[in-house]
Amino acid sequence: MRYIRKLVFLLLLAVPLAMFSQNVVTGTVTDKTFNEPLLGASIVVKGTTIGTTTDFDGNYSIEAENGQILVFSYIGYKAQEIEVTTKVLNVVLEEDTNQLDEVVIIGYGTTTKKDATGSVIGVTEEELNQGFIAAPQDLLVGKAAGVQITTSGGAPGSGSQIRIRGGSSLDASNDPLIIIDGVPLDNGTNSGSRNIFDFINPSDISSFTVLKDASATAIYGSRASNGVIIVTTKKGVSGELKFTFNSSASIQTVKETVDVLSPGQFRTLIEERLPGRVGDLGTANTNWQDQIFTTAMGTDNNLSVRGGVFGIPFRASLGYTQQDGILRTEALERTTGAISLTPRLFDDKLRIEINARGSYTENNFADLGAIGSAIGFDPTQPVFDETLPGGFFDYYEADGTPTTNTLNNPLALLELRDNRANTRRLVGNIKLDYQLPFFEDITATLNLGLDRLNSDGVDIRPGTLAAEAVNLGTFVNFGQDETNELLDFYVKYASELEKINARFDLTGGYSYQNFYEEEFTTTTRGDGVGGTNTVTNIFENNLQSYFGRANFTLNDKYLFTFTFRRDGSSRFGGDNRWGNFPAAAFAWNISDEKLFEDFSSLSNLKLRLGWGITGQQDVLQGNDTQPFLPQFAPSQVGANVQIGQDENGNPIFTQTLRAQPFDANIKWEETTTYNIGLDFGFFNNRLSGALELYYRETDDLLSTVNVAAGSNLTNRLPTNIGSLTNQGVELFLDAAIFQNEEFSWDLGFNYAYNINEVDRLFVTGNDAGAGIPVAETQLIGIGGDDGAQYHIVGEPTRSYFAFVQVYDENGNPIEGVVLDLNGDGEINDQDRRPFQQSAPLVNIGLNSRFNWKAWDFSFSMRAVLGNYNYNGVELLNGNFRNLNIGQDLRNLATPVLNTGFQTDRNELIFSDYFVRDASFVRMDNMSLGYTFKDLFNSNLRMRVFSTLQNVFVITDYNGLDPEVENGIDNNVFPRPFITQFGLSLDF
Amino acid sequence: MKTYIDKTAYKYFVLCFSWFLALGCTSDLDDIDTNNINANNAFQTNEDYLAFLGKLYGGLSLTGQQGPAGQGDLIGFDEGASNYARNYWNLNEFTADALKWRFSDSGFRELHENTWTPDNDVISAMYNRIIFQVTQANEFIRQVQGLDDAEIATFRAEGRFLRALSYYHGLELFGGNIPFVTEEDLPGAFLPEQTNGADLFAYIESELLAIENELLDPGQPQFYGRADRGAAWTLLAKLYLNAEAFIGQNRYADCVSVCENILGAGYQLDPEYGALFRADNNLAEGIIFPIPHDGVETQSFGLGFILTNGSVSSDLSADLGLTGNAQAFAAISCREEFTRLYEYPNDDPFDDSPDSRAAFLYKIGHSIEVPVPPVGSAFTDGFAYTKFRNMLTDGSSGQDDRQADMDFPLFRLADVYLMYAEAVLRGGGGSEALALDLVNQVRQRAYGDSSGDVTTIDLQFILDERGRELSWEGQRRTDLVRFGQYTGSNYLWDWKGGAPQGSSIENFRNIFPLPASDLTANPNLEQNPGY
Repeated sequence: MRYIRKLVFLLLLAVPLAMFSQNVVTGTVTDKTFNEPLLGASIVVKGTTIGTTTDFDGNYSIEAENGQILVFSYIGYKAQEIEVTTKVLNVVLEEDTNQLDEVVIIGYGTTTKKDATGSVIGVTEEELNQGFIAAPQDLLVGKAAGVQITTSGGAPGSGSQIRIRGGSSLDASNDPLIIIDGVPLDNGTNSGSRNIFDFINPSDISSFTVLKDASATAIYGSRASNGVIIVTTKKGVSGELKFTFNSSASIQTVKETVDVLSPGQFRTLIEERLPGRVGDLGTANTNWQDQIFTTAMGTDNNLSVRGGVFGIPFRASLGYTQQDGILRTEALERTTGAISLTPRLFDDKLRIEINARGSYTENNFADLGAIGSAIGFDPTQPVFDETLPGGFFDYYEADGTPTTNTLNNPLALLELRDNRANTRRLVGNIKLDYQLPFFEDITATLNLGLDRLNSDGVDIRPGTLAAEAVNLGTFVNFGQDETNELLDFYVKYASELEKINARFDLTGGYSYQNFYEEEFTTTTRGDGVGGTNTVTNIFENNLQSYFGRANFTLNDKYLFTFTFRRDGSSRFGGDNRWGNFPAAAFAWNISDEKLFEDFSSLSNLKLRLGWGITGQQDVLQGNDTQPFLPQFAPSQVGANVQIGQDENGNPIFTQTLRAQPFDANIKWEETTTYNIGLDFGFFNNRLSGALELYYRETDDLLSTVNVAAGSNLTNRLPTNIGSLTNQGVELFLDAAIFQNEEFSWDLGFNYAYNINEVDRLFVTGNDAGAGIPVAETQLIGIGGDDGAQYHIVGEPTRSYFAFVQVYDENGNPIEGVVLDLNGDGEINDQDRRPFQQSAPLVNIGLNSRFNWKAWDFSFSMRAVLGNYNYNGVELLNGNFRNLNIGQDLRNLATPVLNTGFQTDRNELIFSDYFVRDASFVRMDNMSLGYTFKDLFNSNLRMRVFSTLQNVFVITDYNGLDPEVENGIDNNVFPRPFITQFGLSLDF
Repeated sequence: MKTYIDKTAYKYFVLCFSWFLALGCTSDLDDIDTNNINANNAFQTNEDYLAFLGKLYGGLSLTGQQGPAGQGDLIGFDEGASNYARNYWNLNEFTADALKWRFSDSGFRELHENTWTPDNDVISAMYNRIIFQVTQANEFIRQVQGLDDAEIATFRAEGRFLRALSYYHGLELFGGNIPFVTEEDLPGAFLPEQTNGADLFAYIESELLAIENELLDPGQPQFYGRADRGAAWTLLAKLYLNAEAFIGQNRYADCVSVCENILGAGYQLDPEYGALFRADNNLAEGIIFPIPHDGVETQSFGLGFILTNGSVSSDLSADLGLTGNAQAFAAISCREEFTRLYEYPNDDPFDDSPDSRAAFLYKIGHSIEVPVPPVGSAFTDGFAYTKFRNMLTDGSSGQDDRQADMDFPLFRLADVYLMYAEAVLRGGGGSEALALDLVNQVRQRAYGDSSGDVTTIDLQFILDERGRELSWEGQRRTDLVRFGQYTGSNYLWDWKGGAPQGSSIENFRNIFPLPASDLTANPNLEQNPGY
């Protein structure tokens, strides 16, 4: 079972190829309303796999014999069947005002918009964001109600945080499950790339489907609590070969940097405050942030071809992306290739889908420490000093050893360090749908998937870097090898009960997944001390499931869905190994009731009710992949212990074994979701949308919390500790405001409001009192297990836990003076209180698209409201103590001139002064294009376009950028402003 | 042909379907590769048990299963700052009169100003370290229970010693009012009971007496690094000497008698004081129980690292030609009271002292006094002190230029000499002449000859001599407590209680509070009085 990949390749070889040969029929397909040719309409010879699509002028050509029937179809239009009688067949298709036959992808199957019972949003190709998109998930930013996507920063191709309806977990992962062509991805990160989507070329994506409520997601069971995103890639269509070529170039520029003191201001400040150190000032005037940031260029080229070869529809694509970062030395280079084959055999009874996708990515990682260094580095020092090793200025003692406890030259950190990785990835699947010969109502599906990743990299820090001088350099090799295997097998039985005008289908199946990962890091020092140290880690987990679904439709109006999944995970043991995840939904096509026949403006009205239970199996603890088992961890390099010595006094060491903590009773998180949805459409669905209300409760929340000292084998343990709720409202509207031959205007709007509250927190059976600090919100330089954010009962997760700052009559904060809230005469943690939340309350997206003659213009913008950031940049750089905290002199952020903060005492660190409203409106994307048709009197069609990204941000937040993952603003890779020009050729 | 394919496919389909539904591959759910070793096959040989015992020793010097940091033992703390020895040292030195750390790491200011609260991170880290050692030792004792093997019996006794050592630290720092668990308590989700000073004292004493004869014979160089009978005796001596301060019992006679055991065990003072604090101090005489470090094999950002790197700046280092401390981060310098413990001509600390132990004071560019609050002061406020060096006695550098080879001498012979003298002075019996002679042996090493000899000794002299001899060795707070000079206003040092000239602090501060986090997690616990 571990070697599903072998099976995949065998099957690949075994697929027989068939050939067909007939006469040629040609013609044009046009639209009835506008009398415009339809591009990409599909023509299939009925009862065969022979098919083609129209070109840009609506022309097609297909091989068919007289008497055969051609089926002409196009999304959003009524299909027509025409018998072949002549060699030329021109067809006019009529718009289907009822778009409810549109196919909607769901877990282990498809349904139609009309039959869907869950909260499912599909975002198709033409609705996705335009322009230079290095990371696939950016296509979806602002497009779907309740889906919030926050990029990690300005690095090219950087990852993003995706949240669907907030997050249903505390400290376990809140990432949705992502499925590409039926293969669920492992949400782990890897050392060689920047994001889990890295391997996929954005232009290969045909659609995203977001499953939000439990009635839609529960069939994915234990990984579905945070929603599911199904990505479908483009597939081939039979017919002659069609090519698409896209090419674009982009320029990224820095919008803003952190305001720090100018060299002049800095000199004056040192003269005033540290007169004894004036001699340490340099004579240069250096803007360090200007030194490290630059204007970056990028190019993106894609070529794709689709058509039929030997009767097999296929699509292949090749892409090359090259993008430098605005931080010097940061760069991404990616080559992707994809092929998709969709043959049908045995009278269409066996439908095969083969997808293979490979990528080769080269990443150059800049030393992000250079950003903090550039903020603080003495602006009176020069960039270069030819007399020093490496040629850059840095602090050295008279004897040539580097001065310790100083910042390092930021440009030297970038230019001298060489940190890069190459990642190879192959994701493929073979899906066989087989309609059983003796039971035609039954279809069996086998889906075999494989996800292989291999990366290797180096991190070379030469001895010319001041921080490495004493080691004579440090050389690190690292690598990773991942193999994830999937086998899904399911059977669907569909039938009708004509007597009661009912349809039903039943699906049942089994799924097997295994995730295996090995990683290593090898470190060698230039001076040879310690030899070559290798640290290796292995992570594996296994997940197996049985699942089923029953759909029942009565009178085409009343729809019932029941799903059930039973998951077994290697992460849990004993009675907790297997979990059950049921769901049920009901939908009512109200507009089909007789009552509404007279309301001609109402084209669709559907009510949906859903309930379901989903799970979360991410158990937090890095190395302990089986947290329920008693285990021992052997020590790796540098952690051995002397247990004696030989007769010459040379020490003898033993490797050590540590007893690992475990919770024999650890189990899944369980989320129960209730959802009410109302889909509506007016005026032939020119105005359509949906309103959703949901309530979601998560029990047995997993978190790593303090356990009673002495009760287990360390101080904190991942365990089940409490519950929380999310509730919210979502609205989305889609309007075709204006439509005629010359001009059209489409508008999309989405709104999501989510409020989240921690209901209970228990630690070893006790109320956790004040709450638990959020581990990763510890602030730099103060150690300890305190955090700026806490999970507190009765408050949203990740609430700030802060003192109340006291201000003077001019409104300036008084340093170290905070309210003694409990009045006990002392300032301590009892005087902190929950204050605001880091997650937004409201996300709004607004998209629009205009077409006028050959011109097109579109934009996409977002508003995010109610989110608060902790301005860590100001805390860390905004106090006078920072001037000489090390042996060097350090520059300060300009707010210090107003606040006059002297130190960084706890009263200040946890003051609400730094907690700031970070609501914002951002214009993410604006695009303008012009299309030339029939260029050079051929079929060549060309669109030229220009796109602007990150055009403007409106906010009151005083930090660099209000959009910060989880709200702690202390690592600033500014998001660039991107200008792009490109062209797209179809031929 | 077609029919054949259909039939075959159908047959396979039926087979697959029934197999998947009936069986799946559920054995793969248990067959998982990991870095860890399952408990039921972790121990095959004595070396495996030694490895687990090694973790108990490493619990004092290391912070995780990867050096210098990685796979930390405790969660939620900066890993380096969670080191056992470092926190033990922090709590006993920051809070007293010998030295100061100038950076404002979490909780450091409150320790220096004697205003710590149950939220203090250093206190919390130490407490969790103590309990971590105890629970690991309990697991070790469970694993070796009932094994009939002489070597394993010694291992088991060492495990019990290390558990007793940590419980002793719980007694010393937290008054013994800590959760009490033994090998009888299996890991799970229960709420341990709180013990108290008297009970814990009795337990530690009984454990040490029970294992005394099972431990290795004292002072065998081939077992350097492991706790032998000498280590158990020294811990007993400390327990008895502090019994009055800890639980109000006079056990000085027991202290004298156990010190006599050590004096008769063949240990010798190393003629060179500085050799006790060098990269090759595993070869020095008179170290009874070390916490070994190694620049390559045993790396952490623990006590060895901070003593050798934190007590110097890079320019001081360059000036003195010191090596092996490339991380020189200039954090720790002397308080005036410590500097003045040594003898100086004309009482001027800028003059050279005849006491060679004062030769490690570095004065150029430094002031004697600390004119501003210790946390936030400059490195040059107060002399530097370079006793701990990652260099060999021959002047060459340790293996690594940052990670120390220097072992921390937790128990050493001069301490036992001074404990003997003190116990005699406190009425524990023994020989007053021997007491005087032992004190003078310590001083003769310091002065190089008998010029520093004294003819009479009193308790204050012992306290001062301990301050000189055991300088910066993590003993100071406990010594001041035993002499009644820690709390109250009998003795005020600068910045005691946060006041420039020092101020009285309340008696409850003789012990530390239990961390707030554990009081929340375990309702069986009652906070120490006053907090």
